[in-house]
Amino acid sequence: MKNWFKSGAPWVWLNGGAVALCMVMVVGLIGLIAIRGFGHFWPADVVQLTAVERDGTEQQVLGEIVRSEVVPAAVVRDSGYEIAPEQELVTRYLIKRGNRDISARDFNWYLEVGMSEWQNPIDAMVIERREWGNFYGYPVSLKENGDVIARVQDADFWPQVQERIERSLDLHDEINHLEKVEIGRINHKLERLRLERRGLELDGVDAATLAAADAEFAAERAELDEQYRVVKAERDELYRQLKRDTLTAEVIDGSEVTITLQNIVRLTRPNAMGVFAKMGQYLERFWEFLSDEPREANTEGGIFPAIFGTVTMVIVMSIIVTPFGVLAAIYLREYAKQGPVLRIIRISVYNLAGVPSIVYGVFGLGFFVYFLGGSLDELFYRESLPAPTFGTPGLFWASLTLALLTLPVVIVSTEEGLSRIPSTIRQGSLALGATKAETLWKVVVPLATPAMMTGLILAIARAAGEVAPLMLVGVVKLAPSLPIDGNYPYVHLDQKIMHLGFHIYDVGFQSPNVEAARPLVYATALTLVLLIIVLNLAAIRIRNSLREKYRSASD
Amino acid sequence: MSETTPAVAGGESLMPNAQQRAKLRNTRRLKDKFSRWGVASAGLAVVGALGLIFFYLFSEVAPLLKGADVEVLETYPHTQTSQSERSEHLVLERYEQIGATYTASGQVQFFVADNGKPISVFDVPKSDGASFSSIGYGTPVDGLVAYGYSNGELMLTQLNYRLSYPNDTRKITPEILYPLGDEPVVLDDQGHSLAHVAVQKTARGYAVVGVTDDGRLRFGRYSTRENMMTGKVTTSGRVDALPALPNGAKVRFVQVDKTARHLVVADDQARLHIYDVSDAANLTLTESVPTGRGQVTAMQYLVGTGSLAVGTDTGAVSQWLLVRDPDNVFRLQLVRDFESLPGAITTISPEYARRGFLVGDEQGSLGIYYGTSSRTLLVAKVADNPIENLAISPINGKLLIYDTSGQIGVASVWNEHPEVSFSSLWQKVWYEGRSEPEYVWQASSGGDGFESKMSLVPLSLGTLKAAFFAMLFAIPLGIAGALYTAYFMTPKMRGLVKPSIEIMEALPTVILGFLAGLWLAPFLENHLPAVFSILIFMPLMMVMVGFGWSRLPQAIRTRAPEGWEAAILIVPILLTGWLCIELSPHMEVWFFGGSMRQWFTDYGISYDQRNALVVGIAMGFAVIPTIFSIAEDAVFNVPRHLTQGSLALGATRWQTVVGVVLPTASPGIFSAVMMGFGRAVGETMIVLMATGNSPVVNFNIFEGMRTLSANIAVELPETAVASTHFRVLFLAALVLLALTFIVNTCAEIIRQRLRKRYSNL
Repeated sequence: MKNWFKSGAPWVWLNGGAVALCMVMVVGLIGLIAIRGFGHFWPADVVQLTAVERDGTEQQVLGEIVRSEVVPAAVVRDSGYEIAPEQELVTRYLIKRGNRDISARDFNWYLEVGMSEWQNPIDAMVIERREWGNFYGYPVSLKENGDVIARVQDADFWPQVQERIERSLDLHDEINHLEKVEIGRINHKLERLRLERRGLELDGVDAATLAAADAEFAAERAELDEQYRVVKAERDELYRQLKRDTLTAEVIDGSEVTITLQNIVRLTRPNAMGVFAKMGQYLERFWEFLSDEPREANTEGGIFPAIFGTVTMVIVMSIIVTPFGVLAAIYLREYAKQGPVLRIIRISVYNLAGVPSIVYGVFGLGFFVYFLGGSLDELFYRESLPAPTFGTPGLFWASLTLALLTLPVVIVSTEEGLSRIPSTIRQGSLALGATKAETLWKVVVPLATPAMMTGLILAIARAAGEVAPLMLVGVVKLAPSLPIDGNYPYVHLDQKIMHLGFHIYDVGFQSPNVEAARPLVYATALTLVLLIIVLNLAAIRIRNSLREKYRSASD
Repeated sequence: MSETTPAVAGGESLMPNAQQRAKLRNTRRLKDKFSRWGVASAGLAVVGALGLIFFYLFSEVAPLLKGADVEVLETYPHTQTSQSERSEHLVLERYEQIGATYTASGQVQFFVADNGKPISVFDVPKSDGASFSSIGYGTPVDGLVAYGYSNGELMLTQLNYRLSYPNDTRKITPEILYPLGDEPVVLDDQGHSLAHVAVQKTARGYAVVGVTDDGRLRFGRYSTRENMMTGKVTTSGRVDALPALPNGAKVRFVQVDKTARHLVVADDQARLHIYDVSDAANLTLTESVPTGRGQVTAMQYLVGTGSLAVGTDTGAVSQWLLVRDPDNVFRLQLVRDFESLPGAITTISPEYARRGFLVGDEQGSLGIYYGTSSRTLLVAKVADNPIENLAISPINGKLLIYDTSGQIGVASVWNEHPEVSFSSLWQKVWYEGRSEPEYVWQASSGGDGFESKMSLVPLSLGTLKAAFFAMLFAIPLGIAGALYTAYFMTPKMRGLVKPSIEIMEALPTVILGFLAGLWLAPFLENHLPAVFSILIFMPLMMVMVGFGWSRLPQAIRTRAPEGWEAAILIVPILLTGWLCIELSPHMEVWFFGGSMRQWFTDYGISYDQRNALVVGIAMGFAVIPTIFSIAEDAVFNVPRHLTQGSLALGATRWQTVVGVVLPTASPGIFSAVMMGFGRAVGETMIVLMATGNSPVVNFNIFEGMRTLSANIAVELPETAVASTHFRVLFLAALVLLALTFIVNTCAEIIRQRLRKRYSNL
């Protein structure tokens, strides 16, 4: 044993343990996010049980089990529960009871002590609502304009309910389309008219011209107003139709509530579903998560605007960063005079990759938004002042800031690629009489394209996950519309966007009901992690294949 | 070139002729040049843009260092009624257009600030036969001025500007209101002349002080009530006598604060006295302190009335605080001296919304000072005669100077950023309302007259604290892991382990932060004993498993050759971790009376749910890949012949590592640590989400912190552009940039040296 210690073997094992620990943590982290993230979409069973409250009264509870934990009995006693003195540890369950509009707390801890058997009543239903979160309860009857048309005992009750929910969802989509697209288009045009007029005023045109233009504007405005009236009438009619059906349901405490169908997003009976039905439900929810807009202060619904915002921002950033990064790298590697000055520049550029991202955010806010944006507004958008156009955080500045942030990544990667190209290839080209530019653009750069791609992908991966600078230069918790739409000029570079990373921060830490938002945050995090891991793996693959290629070329 | 020569019919050559070739050469040369210049300019532009970050941040910070500038634009005589009419008090309004003088004869005269053209005159009412004997005023923002009369009465006036916008242009109409009614109030029932008066608006009404010509102090409190129906204002009040000054001293100046609890009196024996007047039935003289700087010749409360600026006949300017001592008694405390003016101080004019003040002296010198930052921003001669009155505008852009020659000078002022100085950023500062000098970061608050406390020390310490605990977690794991992966691990496993840990480097920190805040922090709070038991048992278990493995029969051991230790350890690690967590509640019951958190609190260690431990683990996790990856490279690239030589000489694997690998690779490992440190210092999201972001000054692992980067993220979006706070946040960014840049550059240089050394070996 002494010898074993003397040989240093324990140290080897400790070092090995460190690697193992790192790997366990890495896998554990990804696993944790994956399980929680994917688990979010699974329709959990609804349980009914009786639990003992703090004051000793028994309470009926209907809801989903979220998680459980074991705590020392002393902690629980401190918070006012009666626990038998010999008991040291207590298990407690967090139950999602929903019904936020009826009872204030939709999540509640219940002790195992005194808890009855769990039951999974087949009729228990979960209603995802547009407001107030989930509803848990039992159905009673379905009403049309206040008249009962089906009761829960009726055979066709459930088909009727689902059919009518389909109908109200369709109506809702139509209204949404009218409000977002049609009315949005009209408002956009009205706003443009206003700006045009203000622009004429600022240009100082004479009174006659202004009057003529005013007449024209008035005509256009009247036409738009007319269009608006039509759309509005249409919308009001749809709203009226939407109010037709209601569902009466019984809450676990015995009281009856009425839920209008227009408020229902989805109605399920998880306890009545088989595995395959649940899987279908799972996919449906997953798709909704990816393609829908957020509801309820971002804590429910989908994350489509955040995905769209992230992607748009990253694309704009790529358009900016690729040419500049590549040209800078070519300059540093091919044209600049190699010497101590260049070495300092190179080290500085490389080091900028390690500068805290928040510093870029500060720079972006001060220089891009306030200085450049403010000047742009003065020059080109005077008619909309004092409301800033580019003088406020927005998509373009966010992209530009991230482009600056990721420039070093692209430069480093491209330079590495350029330096890996065997000099024999270069010399061969020059020996055949090609000029330096020809050698560069026809021989060297094409060969280094994979390295540039690697750099770009790494840049995208970094940009997609970066949040701190974006909080300063253009990302908001809820953007009113997407940065790309059907209104001129189609891509709105001045618009604020939503972003996956910021969504995580905002929903997880700024929302009033963290417990309700938690699953969604995990799911969002999972989306982001997957995106970034895929991008990085792609970069690694490209880099490795590139290395192999030139290893054989240089041999 | 790609141009193909067209096939030409006839006997001509397929090759281009000399002319074509020359043309082609020309275009090629042009293209070559174009490419050279294009690439060079783009490249330089990029390098320039990156360099711009430094310059821009610096240019935003630079105005903080600048002092104040004053330029006298115009001088005009102050004559509206008669030459002998002296101005006793001077005011300038917020649009810097209208000035006002309160004359000794009881007139308030408004004039155009730029040229002295009269606008309007108000006569302050007085009783028949009485004459004006003294004047006193409150903090400038209230616009209160009190006239004392020869018959012991007092008239309170309030300056008001009415704004209207006829024809879209701003019109300011000045007026004088009388908050206590149109009749003077009686302050001295014996009818003696009031030699000094002071006034202040309080939360409940108005506090006034009068000093009679026979040296008695009278303290009055008034409140007004408006009848809802008739709009008639009724005034009620009481006047109390204060004890006289000791040693027969005579009052020179008197001031009352906004809480109407403390009265500060300067006497003719170079002393300051403080009266406690909070209890109307028991008005007492609490303390008398010598100024130590000569006779007081001017004394004014700064905004908020938490501190006094005092000027003396020696030209000394100092700031005094009302400090609450342990017995809950307020005392006068000298907190700072400023640069003296050459002559005796004649007047002090506090700024409207900041802790700054302007001082004039007998020789026509002007001093601009700032309390919190102890800065003397300007000392300059602005007049040829002794200065009598100064009036700064509420936005600190213009100044009126009234001297003994009866001339009013109007001057433009640049004094944007007096609030910070090196000492206020990095040293302890004695703030108003605090009992001792402290490091505090509290840049803004809802209330007006708030003293912003901008010390970067709590933030810098917070940054170092977070980085320290992160490094504590990351260094052992990162370096040990790197050593093992590079030197002991089988190549096959290395090909799997290295990329997976490196992918972690790209993991968005917002995800780590969110897990730390929402999952890890509550988990740790409930499983505190597990943290400590894992810390103890995990290494123990690793060594024990290793020892057990060495005792296993040869047949089993050969199945997993050397280099697979890490894989063997995975299951024991999982088991140990699970066991520690499962046992955690039991341990709490057995050793810590049910709750370890409570146990800590009982021992006086405060515990926040989101604390440095959580940050240390989460940020350590983010830093491990950085350290791992660079250190692994350094170890892996140690030339093989060195290690093989060592092994051949009979050293064990570990002896080779300690004796050969570590000494050779240590600069690389050091640079890895520095890179990791650089990353930990600048990390924003993890700290933002995993701590409570309270700027505390301690190294308690169970309390949170606020770092420079998180502070920027929290406060910058809500800060007014170009304000001092805004620029201080830029300074914080510049500090971060400089710090990480230096650390990274050092690390990079060390790494390059190492590379050279390896290639020489």
